[in-house]
Amino acid sequence: MKFGVIVFPGSNCDHDAYHVISKHVGQPVDFIWHRDTDLSSYDAVIIPGGFSYGDYLRAGALARFSPVMNSVKKFADKGGFVLGICNGFQILCEAGLLPGALIRNRDLHFICEHVCVRTETSDSPFTNELTRGSVLRMPIAHAEGNYVCDDATLEELHKEDRVVFRYCDPDGSVTQEANPNGARDNIAGICSRGRNVLGLMPHPERACEDLLGSSDGRDIFRSLAATLAAAVV
Amino acid sequence: MKAKVYVSLKSGVLDPQGKAIQHSVELLGYSGISDVRQGKYFEIALDGSVDNSEARQSVDKIAREVLSNPIIEDYRVEIDG
Repeated sequence: MKFGVIVFPGSNCDHDAYHVISKHVGQPVDFIWHRDTDLSSYDAVIIPGGFSYGDYLRAGALARFSPVMNSVKKFADKGGFVLGICNGFQILCEAGLLPGALIRNRDLHFICEHVCVRTETSDSPFTNELTRGSVLRMPIAHAEGNYVCDDATLEELHKEDRVVFRYCDPDGSVTQEANPNGARDNIAGICSRGRNVLGLMPHPERACEDLLGSSDGRDIFRSLAATLAAAVV
Repeated sequence: MKAKVYVSLKSGVLDPQGKAIQHSVELLGYSGISDVRQGKYFEIALDGSVDNSEARQSVDKIAREVLSNPIIEDYRVEIDG
């Protein structure tokens, strides 16, 4: 089971992701420079948070044209697991691997705080060790996390059980007050039709140690590791 | 030859920056403003090796594939010269 963490100019959560995979998942992991194109030795690829290309043009817009992204598309098409966190989610949307877009937060602020999200489905490689309805506390740190999509896309996401996380209060109620950025339907994370690509705004890699205020993010990596272990056997 | 590309948010897409600008303008005492929408403007210099219609075609493609995100934005292309 081998993980890769993609590094764009401006990525800044790459080392956090690397740390979590090597220390908590306990599996081999490489950094993959955005000019590299060979993903053949990896089982899962993480597109980390940060400000790829300085967020020029739109968040995630320019990273989409990095050579590695063609390989990520092919990797995902073949069923490879792709986890996009924060800027990684923005990149996946810009690249068309996930539907919709992430626009400026409703109240314009850059938001940096712990939020609660409710697990909407356990039927994904990233949440199969969680129960539906369980609440995870993880930090968000973004200015463009306001998820938007058209009505047809929203309906499709719900019908296909592809909304994976929604912002909620600590009791698990999905309310407007618990929505930090104005995201449509409180959406914090969605998966692809094949369910092997997940994008989410909260940072599970920053919530894997009690010292950091929460270790809830470990459940996501634990799920992915369990999925991979089952696939390897 | 120069191409100008205007990118604007689709109607209905929230523009909190536009709202903040509108608020500031109103604080300056200007009234009668019902809405402000912020967009982007690009100037692309062309080296003259292509004719007007070819230029329009390729700039249109650039605007669609790079400069705008069709999920949230519309664009308009003008070719000068």
